[in-house]
Amino acid sequence: MNGVHDMGGMHGMGPIHHEKNEPVFHEPWEGRIYAMTRVIRAGGGRQNLDNSRHQLELLPPAEYLRMSYYERWLARLTNQLIANGVATREEIGSGTPAPGSPKAAPAVAAAMVPAMVVRRNSARRDAEVSPRFEVGQRVRARNINPTGHTRLPRYARGKAGVIVRDHGVFLFPDTNAEFLGEKPQHVYSVRFAARELWGDHASPRDFIHLDMWDDYLDRA
Amino acid sequence: MNHAHEHEHHHDHQAVPSDLNLRVKALESLLVEKGLVDRAALDAIVDTYETKIGPRNGARVVARAWVDPAYKKRLTSDATAAIAELGYVGRQGEDMVVLENTAKVHNLVVCTLCSCYPWPILGLPPVWYKSAPYRSRAVIDPRGVLREFGLELPDEVEVRVWDSTAELRYLVLPERPPGTEQMTEEQLAALVTRDSMVGVAKVSATGEQS
Repeated sequence: MNGVHDMGGMHGMGPIHHEKNEPVFHEPWEGRIYAMTRVIRAGGGRQNLDNSRHQLELLPPAEYLRMSYYERWLARLTNQLIANGVATREEIGSGTPAPGSPKAAPAVAAAMVPAMVVRRNSARRDAEVSPRFEVGQRVRARNINPTGHTRLPRYARGKAGVIVRDHGVFLFPDTNAEFLGEKPQHVYSVRFAARELWGDHASPRDFIHLDMWDDYLDRA
Repeated sequence: MNHAHEHEHHHDHQAVPSDLNLRVKALESLLVEKGLVDRAALDAIVDTYETKIGPRNGARVVARAWVDPAYKKRLTSDATAAIAELGYVGRQGEDMVVLENTAKVHNLVVCTLCSCYPWPILGLPPVWYKSAPYRSRAVIDPRGVLREFGLELPDEVEVRVWDSTAELRYLVLPERPPGTEQMTEEQLAALVTRDSMVGVAKVSATGEQS
């Protein structure tokens, strides 16, 4: 979707605030919402990483820009719990389950955390899929404007670049996010000249690399 | 007014917090009471990312590559396996790529669409990495962004920006600073900053923290 999350190339966002000796979490609630999200995700159900990213993109744009990173995580987890029927808005507001609501068993106990954080959950797939392109080939990013999730940023659409690396076969986020299947396909590193993306004011010695799926590309 | 209605009002007044700490506390209480979350598991996750998984992991990878040419070769050809040799594996580090900075090429990593970052070796990302100013400008004005971090690159240096749009996670292998020839691997690791492994800084021989 053409949302505010797709920020590459925007102006007016202000200076970068670099904090020295920054803590991992600035407030206790940040760590708690991070950890709760990890634990709820580990519980399974109708969710995946691509869908989770899309849930952030679906936050109203003004809210998205106003919120801090972990405020977005709180909004997302709240929305997901309500959408999946796990909790009601009233319960989330009060912090107390409605009378008679079922009691589950936690998916993650403390003793399982060390194994959880090192467990791989790769999006790479073993599927035998032929690559449509090869290293060195010139390609053009498709001009697509889907209303759902995509990992093809607006700033690269319609632009020409060169394949510099074939990363192998990965699931396709655009369909996976909507639970429409994994559609495994090759992902490439595509190198774009900054001048192709931004025009002649850009440095001739700047290059931007994006990882792009077969379905994002045509021959140039 | 029936009892249920009174009950609701009681909650609205007492427990609908505006403060984020209170809101998250309420959510945690709810999920604990519903049996979905174990508080001790949350404590363990927070502790893991506060004290165990962080940029010191990546610094050890970089220092090893500086002192061991065979390791560096493995690292730049199959980063995931070479990083796993040092024990760093897991969520958001499943498929790693290492980018080597040289006198002629400077690499810079961003995620314009969200905040993808290699958790097992750098920990959770700093606020600036997740912020709109960095995400918006790293791709259109990388040299300006680097200047904001205090790094002025000569015009002839090629800048390569890597937008983490897929599930590959990037680690910049910074240049080993001159004047560190006598240092041990451990001393070298102490010089390597998080920022240098994202590509917004160089490593200084005096261990200047950025």
